[in-house]
Amino acid sequence: MNNLTKAELLLEDGTCYQGYSFGYEGPVAGEVVFNTAMTGYTESLTDPSYKGQILVSTYPLIGNYGIPGDEVQDGMPLFFESDRIHVQALIVSDYSFEYSHWNAKKSLADWLKENKVPGIFGIDTRALTKRLREKGSMLGKIIINNQEPEWYDPNKDNLVAQVSCKEPVTYGNGKYKVVLVDCGVKNAIIRNFIKRDVTITRVPYDYDFSKLEYDGLFISNGPGDPKMCKQTISHISEALKQEKPIFGICLGNQLLALAAGFDTYKLKYGHRSHNQPVLMTGTDKCFITSQNHGFAINLQSIDDNWIPWFNNVNDGTSEGIKHKSKPFFSVQFHPEACGGPVDTEFLFDDFIELIKQYTGK
Amino acid sequence: MKFNDIHKVLLLGSGALKIGEAGEFDYSGSQALKALREEGIETVLVNPNIATVQTSENVADKIYFLPVTPEFVEKVIAKERPDGILLSFGGQTALNCGVALHRQGILEKYNVKVIGTPVEAIIDTEDRDIFNQKLAEIDVNFTKSHATETVEEALKAANELGYPVILRAAYALGGLGSGFCNNDDELKALASKAFTYSNQVLVEKSLKGWKEIEYEVVRDRYDNCITVCNMENFDPLGIHTGESIVVAPSQTLTNSEFHKLRAIAIKIIRHIGIVGECNVQYALDPNSEDYRVIEVNARLSRSSALASKATGYPLAFVAAKLGLGYGLHELKNTVTKVTTACFEPALDYCVVKIPRWDLNKFVGVSKEIGSAMKSVGEIMAIGRSFEEAIQKGLRMIGQGMHGLLGNKHIDDISKELTEPTDMRIFAIADAFANGFSVDKIHDLTKIDKWFICKLKHIFDLGEELKKFNKIEELSDEFLLEVKKAGFSDFQLAKLVYKHTKVDITSDMMLVRDYRKKRGITPFVKQIDTLAAEYPAQTNYLYVTYNGSEHDIDFYDDKKSVIVLGSGAYRIGSSVEFDWCGVNAINTIRKRGYRSIMINYNPETVSTDYDTCDRLYFDELSFERVLDIYDLEMPMGVVVSTGGQIPNNLAMRLYQVNVPVLGTSPLNIDKAEDRNKFSELCDKFNIDQPRWKELTKIEDIMTFADEVGFPLLIRPSYVLSGAAMSVVSNKTELEHFLKLAATVSKQYPVVVTQFIENAKEVDFDAVAQNGELIIYAISEHQEFAGVHSGDATMLFPPQKLYVETVRRIKHVAKLLAKQLEISGPFNMQFLAKDNDIKVIELNLRASRSFPFVSKVLKTNFIEYATDIMLGIKVTPPAKTLFDLEYVGIKAPQFSFSRLAKADPILGVEMASTGEVGCLGENYYEAILKSMLSVGYKIPKKNILISSGPMKDKVQLLGPVQALKEKGFNIFCTRGTSNFFHENGIETSILNWPDDDRKPNIADYIRDHKIDLVINIPKNLSKTELDKDYVIRRMAIDFNIPLLTNARLASAFIMAFTKYSVDDLQIKSWNEYSNNL
Repeated sequence: MNNLTKAELLLEDGTCYQGYSFGYEGPVAGEVVFNTAMTGYTESLTDPSYKGQILVSTYPLIGNYGIPGDEVQDGMPLFFESDRIHVQALIVSDYSFEYSHWNAKKSLADWLKENKVPGIFGIDTRALTKRLREKGSMLGKIIINNQEPEWYDPNKDNLVAQVSCKEPVTYGNGKYKVVLVDCGVKNAIIRNFIKRDVTITRVPYDYDFSKLEYDGLFISNGPGDPKMCKQTISHISEALKQEKPIFGICLGNQLLALAAGFDTYKLKYGHRSHNQPVLMTGTDKCFITSQNHGFAINLQSIDDNWIPWFNNVNDGTSEGIKHKSKPFFSVQFHPEACGGPVDTEFLFDDFIELIKQYTGK
Repeated sequence: MKFNDIHKVLLLGSGALKIGEAGEFDYSGSQALKALREEGIETVLVNPNIATVQTSENVADKIYFLPVTPEFVEKVIAKERPDGILLSFGGQTALNCGVALHRQGILEKYNVKVIGTPVEAIIDTEDRDIFNQKLAEIDVNFTKSHATETVEEALKAANELGYPVILRAAYALGGLGSGFCNNDDELKALASKAFTYSNQVLVEKSLKGWKEIEYEVVRDRYDNCITVCNMENFDPLGIHTGESIVVAPSQTLTNSEFHKLRAIAIKIIRHIGIVGECNVQYALDPNSEDYRVIEVNARLSRSSALASKATGYPLAFVAAKLGLGYGLHELKNTVTKVTTACFEPALDYCVVKIPRWDLNKFVGVSKEIGSAMKSVGEIMAIGRSFEEAIQKGLRMIGQGMHGLLGNKHIDDISKELTEPTDMRIFAIADAFANGFSVDKIHDLTKIDKWFICKLKHIFDLGEELKKFNKIEELSDEFLLEVKKAGFSDFQLAKLVYKHTKVDITSDMMLVRDYRKKRGITPFVKQIDTLAAEYPAQTNYLYVTYNGSEHDIDFYDDKKSVIVLGSGAYRIGSSVEFDWCGVNAINTIRKRGYRSIMINYNPETVSTDYDTCDRLYFDELSFERVLDIYDLEMPMGVVVSTGGQIPNNLAMRLYQVNVPVLGTSPLNIDKAEDRNKFSELCDKFNIDQPRWKELTKIEDIMTFADEVGFPLLIRPSYVLSGAAMSVVSNKTELEHFLKLAATVSKQYPVVVTQFIENAKEVDFDAVAQNGELIIYAISEHQEFAGVHSGDATMLFPPQKLYVETVRRIKHVAKLLAKQLEISGPFNMQFLAKDNDIKVIELNLRASRSFPFVSKVLKTNFIEYATDIMLGIKVTPPAKTLFDLEYVGIKAPQFSFSRLAKADPILGVEMASTGEVGCLGENYYEAILKSMLSVGYKIPKKNILISSGPMKDKVQLLGPVQALKEKGFNIFCTRGTSNFFHENGIETSILNWPDDDRKPNIADYIRDHKIDLVINIPKNLSKTELDKDYVIRRMAIDFNIPLLTNARLASAFIMAFTKYSVDDLQIKSWNEYSNNL
């Protein structure tokens, strides 16, 4: 321990947690959130939805299986959810300096250092999580080598603009044409479409896709407050006037709701885990889902043309909406998983089915 | 929602504890019964295991202490007419019985519905061919196995697959009769053995070295599925999961692997149609994502009990509710009470399970661990780092280890690493010390490098510690770092102060005081199933140094009582002490105190967080008990209901002013210390077998001359084999002292007069301030010389003189007074004619407390606990002389799992479990209890070979009775001659080592014998070696074996007087209500 650099996490309520650095040694600030997943640090760190956030892992042993290589498939890194790390910093209890896995090419520490992302271990992440649960997500900053950054509230920024692609990109060469509005899309979503004979046209979040020829519209996940994405909402509103199938995930779910005229709000500390139960309303079907969101649709604001499709069994929050007559639906959770359970992957099939019905292909 | 046509349900228990089927089924059965009763369903339980919690009052409505076999269960069904039956909560025993009842059409005949997973689905998973076909239907990879029905077929299959192969007997408990074969010869040997357990033997390609991963999966009738936990074996494939160190959750799996296997597990459970819980075991290639499904258990299992304890998710409770028709989403998470049961626990700690072996107790057993299970118990350790958890765990197994480091050394490290025994993990520590690299250890063991690196980290910290000479030299930072890595104060003292002597208590206290002064103390964390995402009022706790705050508040109000549990199940201490602990807890709660349990055995009910107000799932070490005591500041600590582990802490706790409830530790010491106890006995003219603690061989010889042979020798240091031995003559004594034991000042030997042909009597009692409040006297069926834990016990005693009883009571009263006993105690006596001798006195609850409490239907522990709480009690009105029935406790042996072990009863305990049955009379009770531990009434042919003359004489009457009933008696020559001289004709079979025919070996191998009675002349090595082959063959070919003449006579007399149909089918209440 003698040769390790000390580092601390300071919360906006003044609480301070002491630990040691294992990543990049630089100061950084952001919103502190916790995730209770027991695997999938590679996937989480590269998930654009974490933009601006300092991620706390409640599972104490992190780094065990290292980091895989950067092989590319279908124009995307094979093992990552985007082309870089998006979290501001990573907080763990027990970092595993030694890793072991056939697929690993480097350690988590080296990867964090390369990407200039700080990592702290030796922190009571359970105590920290309880604090966040009781007080709600808070701003925090990493102080390292006596360097203290300014507070930074990512929710005030248009984070989507920071993570969205700048130009349209095409993936795959499938029968069905889907426009994907990139608000910070995870690669697993694109992989799921390619697997289903789809050609994806990934467009920037503010892109006017109405001119494009397509069979279905997909609105991606992404970071921050959905209300920041005004242009995206107005483009979706236009699409809602048509009959082409629409599917949204996570932020895409919130954007679809806003476009339909409903409201969203910020949750106290969000859902970030691999074990969220969602019930398909009016049925006895309950699914275990992967989630990562800090905002949700206000259930009361949903109008009669739509049904609250999925609800969270634990806290009753909205987990998805579906139009009563048109082929529009969206979910708050992540059917593409990565990480997490893949039990709701069938939603991609359902969407393709809607496209088939619409296009007759 | 719940079905509305189920009002009365029968639950099948698992019977006696045995290797592969132990306490976990008491836990799962108890949970299921709780779930049923909560729904207002009437419950009927069949389980002869009288020591369990599930067979207690208010757990089930009706309890039958009867064998879990189709013939007895059918009779219970006919009598009780339940609407439903639960088959998946009593291990393989209950499952096999249920499948048989289904196949015989009995369930259909009585219109009994199988609750939960349908029988067809169970059969699908149990029959390897059908199972593989089912997996193939959904494109799931499985180990290609060839189901074979003869040795020749197995040979052919092995050659097709290519060696190495693994053999498995279908429908067998925990890998019975399975193993690896590298060539034709090995295969032939193993296959012929495997066919004795099953008529189907599976030959599979060996995947030795692959990772072994398990998932616990739950499904409801709406097809909702969850995986509650996954687990990774530290020991790769090749070592049975029951023999492996297991961690939860998996540590070396990526998200992709984790969820790939999870998804497959769900696909399988859906396709098979389980409703409830099942366990899926995988082999995972360490170099790709290739996998094989190894096995699916369509029932609650040892792994599911572990998963329940590891996560806080009550699998058995939920599985029972799902069977009643509920959906997962309709049930609440019993930990948070606000969230749903339809979720997957998120752990924020790491769990390590380590098996507990007791191989030293058996003569001749191979210590190698492999594809068959040999361990008798297990522990679970919780930490927030792997290092912390594994070091805790290695202390918990309680075989004198202090963690990974600071132990005695292993001789041949490379051999130990490649051919693992129960000591392998310690060999890894020694390997580091000898300069082995992580890579080399990985090559030898195939254990994933991640685990080896973690152990290396512990080793490196230990090396660092050695550089210091005083604890004060350590920086606070470093001291905290080593505590976070699970080092105990003992290890610190040993490594820093470079101790070689055993007793380093004072230095340990130095370490403790210093670190407390520096503020380095552990924190208490909750297990809440959701990693703190939701608030939880959970009382399920563990202690860790990897934290900075407590999850709970402490009340310094002296309104709580700590009960110390019994630790890992092992030979001599198992479920009976769990019953004692749970009953102490229940009484404490009833009397308005908060109950705090400390225990770490995942197979128990006492570690069910529902049982107590606070559960510390943690070490029962002096250090940890003090840590918890310092925080909780209870009224006191109960050390007398958890067997020897807590009892051994009594004096040390007393010395640091911890209030030990009940009998003073000073008096506990007087009873435990041989010299002090003898002094006390001498003072009051209480007779004991003569004994001496000696340090010189000459003195031993002189003592032998004085008292004569045989003698019981108890060395304090043994070179090999069992610790205790009986020697019959001077040559044997010399031989033993030369080869097996060290005699010196440092290692004295206790030599005791061994009294032959004496009765042994157990006296279980509770006293208050020295006054006897309640007692039970049980008589052993076997003469003294058979360990009391292996003896068949009769309560009330059937053949004791009134005068003997009077004298026993007198001595007990006297000692109770002298030692001012307040609480439970147990004494063992020898009785010959009317002379009695005290063998030992334990100032704690004994193994037979649940047995006598239940037979008498008077809860001894409740009395004892009240007394320890300071409540004045009055003796109950009824006594053992009022009983109009007989209770008989019989031992269960697991020799079939212990390859090569000599299945003989001796001074070392060898049984792994027990049953207790009630009967109208002695014969009825003995027959029920012996059938409950696996004896079968022979059909026709019985083999008798009896050494000693007195035993031959003993068997005369019984053999006559057998002849009259038309049995064929086969004997060895000498025995046959003896019977012939006494007018009974028997057929002679030649010894197995004789080439002549007809030969015993052939008869056993061809299953021409239904019962083997083999009585060795004495316990000397030469005598035992002579008949070893007969006994071992009986075990290996699954033929009931009796090695004690008195027990054999009792069994024969019982089954010649009664048939199974004559036996009364009566519930516990029907017997005891007349009291």
